[in-house]
Amino acid sequence: MKLTLRVWRQKNAGADGAMSTYEVDGISQDMSFLEMLDTLNEELILKGEDPVAFDHDCREGICGACSLVINGDAHGPERTTTCQLHMRSFEDGDTIDVEPWRASAFPVVKDLVVDRSAFDRIIQAGGYITAPTGAAPEAHATPVPKPDADFAFEHAECIGCGACVAACPNGSAMLFTSAKVNHLNVLPQGAPERETRVLDMVGQMDAEGFGGCTLTGECATACPKGIPLPSIAAMNKEWLRANRKAAKR
Amino acid sequence: MRSLAPTVISMALATRPVKGTAPGKRPSPARSLWDSTIGKKTVMAVSGLIMLGYLVAHMLGNLKIFFGSDEFNGYAHWLRTIGEPLMHYEWTLWVIRVVLVAAVVLHAVSAYQLSRRDIKARPTKYVHRRKRASYATRTMRWGGIILALFIVWHILDLTTGTVHADGFEHGRPYQNVIDTFSTWYGNVIYIVAVTAVGLHVRHGFWSAAQTLGVGNARRERLLKTGANTLALVLTLGFVSVPVAVMTGVVS
Repeated sequence: MKLTLRVWRQKNAGADGAMSTYEVDGISQDMSFLEMLDTLNEELILKGEDPVAFDHDCREGICGACSLVINGDAHGPERTTTCQLHMRSFEDGDTIDVEPWRASAFPVVKDLVVDRSAFDRIIQAGGYITAPTGAAPEAHATPVPKPDADFAFEHAECIGCGACVAACPNGSAMLFTSAKVNHLNVLPQGAPERETRVLDMVGQMDAEGFGGCTLTGECATACPKGIPLPSIAAMNKEWLRANRKAAKR
Repeated sequence: MRSLAPTVISMALATRPVKGTAPGKRPSPARSLWDSTIGKKTVMAVSGLIMLGYLVAHMLGNLKIFFGSDEFNGYAHWLRTIGEPLMHYEWTLWVIRVVLVAAVVLHAVSAYQLSRRDIKARPTKYVHRRKRASYATRTMRWGGIILALFIVWHILDLTTGTVHADGFEHGRPYQNVIDTFSTWYGNVIYIVAVTAVGLHVRHGFWSAAQTLGVGNARRERLLKTGANTLALVLTLGFVSVPVAVMTGVVS
């Protein structure tokens, strides 16, 4: 395959960026999108140019490190992570636009790399349970009803890649935060911090400068892990409940 | 077990939130209802539902025009006498007006503040544009502005009569309605506005349900169908009046 890439290049956080055009040849349909970018970077390095910076880690679709808005879609045209997106999803001769996640809470560090530490701070605000760590406890010590376990697992699938924020026209982190809140709030292990968790995580989410939710549904469409849109309604319910309970104290 | 205690304490320290949200420093529930994005959306949802309830009643009242001037004018008069003898003439109407104005102001201020925040949260547009979300969803903000302007015109036209086309008379709403819909611009403004109402309600009703935490995967279809039906019935109900005047069914 021969492709034309239009890639966002930005020297550093303070510099102005622009789209640069590159031609890549000899791309196999079986390559992942990141391997295609590796090919481009090898050529750039041989030519003595600065390679394109992009985030990646496991390349198995489970770590949440890779990002990239490809032709206007977070993680590209397939419902998966960029590392699991294969070049067979494109046609020979295509022009592909590659941009970083866009949100004021995710500032660009360099080229296609953005700083997603705002997500870490949301987790720090309440995305944990206060159980002593150590050896794994007996699995049947705390019974969890099957529907609750399924609900928790569905939300635990979130890998924190930030595609929801990138896809949202408001740069909102509601889908991410709701996945984390719902995952722990439905479980007995998460019950002691059920109210403080949702209040603090939403408070941190707002403090980071993410936008509000207008329920466009773009986030759930972009999510490579299929976190459903009703997740947001479930968190709203938790937040209203927690706020009501706080008012009674 | 004694040795666990220090572990728990040090863990609590290690996981202390980074800024502003340390336990005890949480804003009051009333404060967070107005300050947090979810709280403000709740204000929008509740005020929106109040206005929606009013719209349904308003639409049903409008349909009385099909049963002649006596019934329509009688209904308009009754609106001023609701609650009598407990309430004085027009008292209930004024209570309704105050509640509605409060709902409009809260809804608009919340919408303005949330929109400002949303635009700030996404300052850079993608170079590769593609169409996003449904038409009703994308037009919520402009639709809201159109509706606000329409309400001002609508009140000046048919409540105070300030900008009324042709000899406004208090207490004779049947004739006033026919006057308005006998002008081309009256019809155009009204039909555009009630179409905007339909689109606004279509996304707004469903969104309000999500914001208030009523939505879930099982109720999804029910809420979407409910929103679409409500939007369609409201629009058709409102549009029927100018159409009836234009076609001479009501004259």
